[in-house]
Order: sequence, then structure tokens, then C-alpha cells
Amino acid sequence: MTGPLLSLSGLTVDFSVGDGVVHAVRGVDLDVNHGEVVGLVGESGSGKSVTMLGLLGLLAPNARVGGSALFDGTEILGLTGKPLRALRGGRIGMIFQDPMTSLNPVLTIGRQLAEAIEAHQPTLTGKRVRARVQELLEMVSIPNAAERIAAYPHELSGGMRQRVVIAMALANEPELLIADEPTTALDVTIQAQILDVLADLRQRTNTAMVIITHDLGLVAGVADRVNVMYAGRVVERAEVDEIFHKHQHPYTAGLLRCLPRLDRRGIDLDPIGGAPPRLDRLPEGCAFAPRCRAAIDECLVRDPMLRMVGASVVACHRAPDAVASLTGAGA
Amino acid sequence: MTVSVTTSGSGMSAQRVSRIKAVGGLLRHPAIAFGVMISAAWLVVVLTVHWWAPYDPYESVGERLRSPNGDHWFGTDALGRDVFTRVLYGARQSLPISVAVIACALLIGGLLGAVAGYFGKRVDTVVMRLVDVTMAFPPILLAMAVAAALGPGLRNGFIAMVVVWWPIYARLLRAQVMAMKHKEHVEAAVSIGATRSRILRRHVLPLSFTGVMVNATVDLGQVVLLTASLSFLGLGALPPAPEWGAMITEGAKNFYQWWIALAPGLAMVTVVLGINFLGDGLRDVLDVKVASK
Amino acid sequence: MKRYILARLAIVPFLLFGIVTVAFIISRLIPADPLTSIVGERAMGNPEVIAAAKSKWGLDKSVPEQYWAYLSNLVRGDLGTSFRTKNSVVSDLAERIPATLELAVTAMIIGGVGGVLLGKFSARRKDRPADHAARVFALVGSSLPVFWTGLAALFLLYARLGVFPGPGRLPSRVDPPPQVTGFYTIDALLDGDVSLFWQCLARLILPAAVLGWAIMGSISRLVRASMLDEMHSDYVRTARAKGLRERAVMRGHVLRNALLPVLTIVGFSFATLLTGAVLTETIFEWNGVGSYAVAATRNLDYPAINAVCLFGGVVFLLSNLATDLLYALADPKVRLT
Repeated sequence: MTGPLLSLSGLTVDFSVGDGVVHAVRGVDLDVNHGEVVGLVGESGSGKSVTMLGLLGLLAPNARVGGSALFDGTEILGLTGKPLRALRGGRIGMIFQDPMTSLNPVLTIGRQLAEAIEAHQPTLTGKRVRARVQELLEMVSIPNAAERIAAYPHELSGGMRQRVVIAMALANEPELLIADEPTTALDVTIQAQILDVLADLRQRTNTAMVIITHDLGLVAGVADRVNVMYAGRVVERAEVDEIFHKHQHPYTAGLLRCLPRLDRRGIDLDPIGGAPPRLDRLPEGCAFAPRCRAAIDECLVRDPMLRMVGASVVACHRAPDAVASLTGAGA
Repeated sequence: MTVSVTTSGSGMSAQRVSRIKAVGGLLRHPAIAFGVMISAAWLVVVLTVHWWAPYDPYESVGERLRSPNGDHWFGTDALGRDVFTRVLYGARQSLPISVAVIACALLIGGLLGAVAGYFGKRVDTVVMRLVDVTMAFPPILLAMAVAAALGPGLRNGFIAMVVVWWPIYARLLRAQVMAMKHKEHVEAAVSIGATRSRILRRHVLPLSFTGVMVNATVDLGQVVLLTASLSFLGLGALPPAPEWGAMITEGAKNFYQWWIALAPGLAMVTVVLGINFLGDGLRDVLDVKVASK
Repeated sequence: MKRYILARLAIVPFLLFGIVTVAFIISRLIPADPLTSIVGERAMGNPEVIAAAKSKWGLDKSVPEQYWAYLSNLVRGDLGTSFRTKNSVVSDLAERIPATLELAVTAMIIGGVGGVLLGKFSARRKDRPADHAARVFALVGSSLPVFWTGLAALFLLYARLGVFPGPGRLPSRVDPPPQVTGFYTIDALLDGDVSLFWQCLARLILPAAVLGWAIMGSISRLVRASMLDEMHSDYVRTARAKGLRERAVMRGHVLRNALLPVLTIVGFSFATLLTGAVLTETIFEWNGVGSYAVAATRNLDYPAINAVCLFGGVVFLLSNLATDLLYALADPKVRLT
């Protein structure tokens, strides 16, 4: 257990669109330790999915990924061919958002799972592959796994399909599992089941995970540490408890105010006003400043750097007073 | 910036400006620009050929079966007529009739389809069964049979092609009208009590227009080919009319005098290719719009 | 699946009936006296022949009764006697159908395989010069009149360069192989006559390639478009994330799914091919249904025109039906409902 399993530093992703360039990720530093579960939280368009997809070269051809990403001490950005394929689905498994579209509709789930196994263990016999497929389906608690092998995706419910996707990501016992909004497309009750599956896996396999979500509530139960992203940057990072109780960034505070909470019944939810900035036309200064109720003049001209404040790492000029001033202003 | 100021100053509506910009944008698509250029060139030929064509298309103007030379760029045919002149005049046969076929098919088929789609029920059943049966035949066989039954000649060929083509637009318009019928603004018009025919005329038909025009453009190339095919088989234009398909028949009869068939073939290729480029380009652009929704 | 197939099959009788009726109407539109067409001009002086023909076809009766006579003869497999060849139309057609099918099937293979390869080639090189070149090549093919391309191909490759043999299914004074399938190439092989096989194949390739090129455009266009769609789909990303080779992603996921919509157009193209065969056969002196149809229309040979229309309609119907069923077999979503 030397050093982190995954270590991103200064990761950038630019998309060339027409004549312009969209800076979707603008320098992300992020560590994931062995066996650790890290939450990556932000609104849609904050760059959280793009960051992780960029690692594995899964973005559209017009994307350019820069910076550095060390996996187990080795640089993985710019890998192609065999070494890249060894990572994808081998040492790093990916779970995608929408189980309705992330499975191939014309192939049986058994075939799709077998493909994942065969790609990394080509010497396995057909019989062994089949046994492993069934084992994987049982691992994610799919009932009647033996029969479901021959099923097509459209014959399964959304929750069952997402279990298949998870099983596929686990096929080769990855060291890191990246789950991109694993529950967003599912019903609330199913969401809880899928989270249980993930939590259970963590218990059993000690796999490190990155859970990408827009829902802070979701990471509360699963993650060890949380990174909050805004407009292509990490704006706050802390242990999960700190994020909920001692957060320093006004944006984190805003996200938390959007969560319905049982202990604050009767108080209206308070959405963050305005919309995220356009990534091809970022404002000078702090990207969040135009929406921030705690913003001061400095916020509009100078971009804040990440720094330690209390138990958090936060990018805000007004920390540690920012969040306190919000409650004052909000009242 | 200055442009928009001056144009609005000269009293052009903003809508018109944006429409002109849209056309300019379309022309920047290379396939569309190429297609428009070729189509425009042939249009000029159709309109002005009688002013500048080197010879009379019907008169023998030189030695028979001469290969291409300075006087006769594409040689002369078996009757000593100038092939180049005849090909130019051929545009006057093929192109107007093809456009007319599309227009008539669109009018008849479109109207029937729109009515079927809008009123549904029994009207729909009758029209669509008629469409099914007509479309059950391979186009050229049906056109051949109808043309043969009516007797050869360009006019009968024209009727035969309309018979073949109307169901395509009936289907198209029916589908579009059915889709449109449930759009909000049409339902709003219904709710304020507009009459059916008014709704059909004012709200439904205009919106179907773009898709239909793209389809018509794509089809035009096919109809040009079909016109020539019928004439090639002796069921369309009759000699001595300078029709491209009929000229290729003459070329086939004089197989070793390759130039007789070459020129009409090249003419057709440019016309159809131009139209297909235009149609393809328009389809691409339209697809992009649909996808970005 | 069963319900879907039944639904498709249910409209077949209706369409057949429509085809039969339209063919009847068209043949009755012909201005020439149908009686002349049936018995031939010379026999017109013979009252016995005329009376027999009249009663057989019900020509002395009203149009509805004529229609009834036509239907009942049709059910018995009697489509009349060709005015031109003096043979039974059914046996005339039976003789020529294999020739046309051989041509159409070969053209389908050339056009289908070519179209899929071209579309795949284009999609993988989207917006690069090679993509444009491939698209223009396909578009030119569908913009050319086949009778002209055929003529040009014959002139260049046969008359000038001599790489291909001339028109016709067989070299002159060579007997066709003993008939089994009616496809000369296959029959020659079955007969063990390899040199005849090559001769027949050489004569088949040129017209088939001309026809195939004409349908390549629509196929490659669709393959390209649907491959591009599929390439951006989520499950392709999933397949990549599994660590599959790019080739496996393309073949196992992208192409496989992209070919589904292509199936529909392949069926449709087969019907277009039969149409194109009419023109190609004329140029290549191919003794098939197409050249038979042309001769029939030129001579106002109404029983033959009627029969060719019927044949065309039925082939069209069958190829559309086959397409629907193939599609149902290929798409698990349809297959299981």
C-alpha cells in the first residue's frame, strides 16, 4: 500500500466544437487510495463524468485530455492499444448511468458478460466462462441467474439491467470501479437496492470506487471522501462527515440545501439560483461568483486556489467565513 | 454588424434576413452548393438554348456518323444531326417533364394523403389500400404497362409516371399530417373551434413543407432517370424528338459510334448527380437539425 | 413473433388480389382489340377460333364477367397465349425467370457486399477525403442510368479492351448446361463443366456489376449513417470500457446493430434490381423477364404484359415480406413479441 491507487494531477479535458474550445475539465487533482470509496459530486456539466471517462480514453474523438493520471504509479494518459485495453474492464471497471442504453440490445446479457471476460482472459474455456458469467450474475443478486444468461436486455427491468452492468464491470476483479451516476436513471426503491449491491461489494472485495453523482445524499452512506466539482474544477474536498457538517464552500452549502431532510421538515428546499457558466466563456475570477450570495469584489476578479481550511480543502476566497455569511444573508 | 443595420434600415424584416442567412448557410454545404450550381446551369440551358445552340436539333447539318471534331463537338448521328445541339435541346424534353411529374404526383398524392391522414377512418382505409396496391408493382414495370396501354409518346409517359409516383407522396403526407395533427398548436386551433379544412390549410400543410421538398428533390433525380428509361424502351418521347433516353437507344443501335450515346449519357449524369447532391446535402442538413433537437 | 408474422401474412391475400386486379385493368386499357392479341391476326378470319377464345375469356360478356373468367383461368394457372411468341405465357415466363433471378441475385451480392463495405469504410473515415470519395462513388452509381452504364461498360471492356466477353448469357453456338436450377453458372458446376462455368460467370459479371453499382449507393448511405449513429451509442462505449479490441467493437457491436436497418433496404433493393433488370437485360441481350417485358410492351402483347405485371407484383410482394420476416428474426425485440 504505497501511494494512492489513482492519482490525478492537473487533469484537463478540452472539446473542440466548431471554431471554439470548451474547457470541460480545468485542472483536477484527485487521489483515490486502495480500497477507498470517493464521491465525485456536482451538477450536470461540472465535468465529473468527463474527468473519469477521459482517463480511459472513452470520450468522443474531439476531446483532448491533458495533465497527468497515475494508476498504481504508472502514467495512463495517452495509452493506446493493448496496455489501454488491459486497464479498461481489466484493472478498472466502469458502470454507466443508463442501463437502458448501455447494454447492446441485440446480444444476450450472457454474451455481453462473456465478452468482458474473454477480452481479458482469452485462454479460458467456454465452460469456465459460462460458469463465471453465472457467478457474476449471482454476485450482484440476480435471481435465476442461470436462466437469465440467455435473456436480452429488454427482457429485464432497469434495476436488473444495472446489476448486469455492474457484474460486467466486476468481470475481471478490477482494482478500481468507476460508477458514473449508477442510480440516476432508476426508480427510488431500485436506487437503494443498487447502492446496497455496491456497498456489499465493497465489503466483500475491498475494491476502490469512484462514485460520480449529482446527489450528495447518495454518497453520504457509501463514500469515505467527497470531492465537489464545479465548472470543471474541484472546489471542495473533505471526509464525508466534514462535507455534511463542516463544509466550507458556498456551492457545497447550496447543494446540501437542495437535499430534502427529515430533521428540517417544513423548511422549503432552497435551490441554487442561476445556472452553471458556459464552459467556453468562463467568467474572470471564481466561476461560481455570479451565483454566489457570499461573493465579494475579489471573487469577481481573482480565481481562488485550493487551500486547507479546517478539515476541508476548499477553493474560496471567503473561507472559513463564507458559509456562515450565507446563513446571515439568507435570513 | 453594419450589414444588419443597413438591411433593417432598408425595411427588410428580421425574419427575411434570417431566412437569407439560412439559405447562405445551406450554400456553404459543399454538396448543396455543387447541386445548386449544376441545377442552375441546366435551368439556364432549358431557358436559353434556342438563342445560342450551334445548330438546329432536327436538321441534318453535316456528314452522317462523324466522330467528334471542331465543328461537331460530340459528332453527328445516323441522320447527320449535331449530337451536342440535340443533347442541349434534350434538356427541354426531360427536365420540364420530370418536374411536372413530381409536381402532379405531389399535388394528387399529397392531397389524398393529407386528407387520409387528417380524416382517418374510412377515407384513410380506401386511400391507403389504393396506395398499397399501386406500390405493390415495381415502378418501371407499372410505368411500362401503363405507357404501353396508353400508347407511346411523352404525354402518355408522363401520365404513366404520375400513376407510379403519387402513392409515395400520399404516404409521406399522410404520415406527416398524422404526426402534426397531435402537435400542440394544432390542438390549440381545434380547441378554439377552427374548421377542419382551415386547420389543414393553415396549420398542418405549411409545416410538412420542408420534409416534402427534400423528398421531392431526391425523387426528381429518379424521375429524370425513369423518363429516360421509358424513352429508351421506346415508350416515351418518339423520334425525332431529341430526348436523352431515345438518343441513347440510337447510340445502342450504332454501337461502335460511341459518341452518339456518350453525350446524352453525360448530360444525364450531370443532371441526376447534381440533383442527388442537392437532395443528399439537404437530407444531411435536415438530419442534423432533427438530431440536435 | 407469431402475431407479427400473422399480421404481415394477413395483408398478403389482399395485396395479391389488388395486383391481379390492377394487372387486369391495365391490360384492358390497351387500345388494341384484346381478341386480336389473344388469337393472333391471322386467325381473326376463323369464326370457330374466335368463338372459342371469346367464350374462354368471356369476351362476349360484360366486363365483370370477363374479370371473373380471367380470375378462374388464373387460378388454373392459365395466363393465356403470348401474341408474339405463340407460346403459353406461363411457360414463356418459367423459361426466363431463372435468367433474371441469376442476374438479380448476383447483382444483389455485388451491390450488397459493396454497399456494406463502402458504408463501413466511409463511417470509419467520417469527413475525411476517403469518406467523400467513397460517397461520391456510390452516389454516381445511383445517378447513372443503368442502360447507359451498361452500354459504356460493353463498349469499353468488351469492344475496346476485350477484357470481358460480349452480351448474352452464353457464347454463340454453346448449349446451356442441363437445367437444374436454371442458373447457368450453378448448373454448369453441377454438370461438372468448369470451363462453361467460367464462361457463364464472365458474361454474368458485367451486367451484374452495372446493376449492383446502381443499388450500392442507397445501401452504403444507410450503412454509413446507421454506423455513425451506433458508434456514438452508450453500449458501444460500454463495449470499449470492457477492453474489447476496436475491431471487435466494430464488428460485434457497431456493424451488427447498424445492419439491422440495412436489412429493410436490402429487401427493397432486390425489387429495384428486378426493375433495373428490365433495362440491363435489353442492353446485354439477356434473355430474361425484363427483355420479355420490353418485347411485350413493344408488340402490345397483352397476355404477356399482364403476366409480367403479375410476376413483378408477386416478386415485389415476396421480397417485402421476406424483408419483414428477416427483420423480425434479426431483432430480438420483434422476435419475442
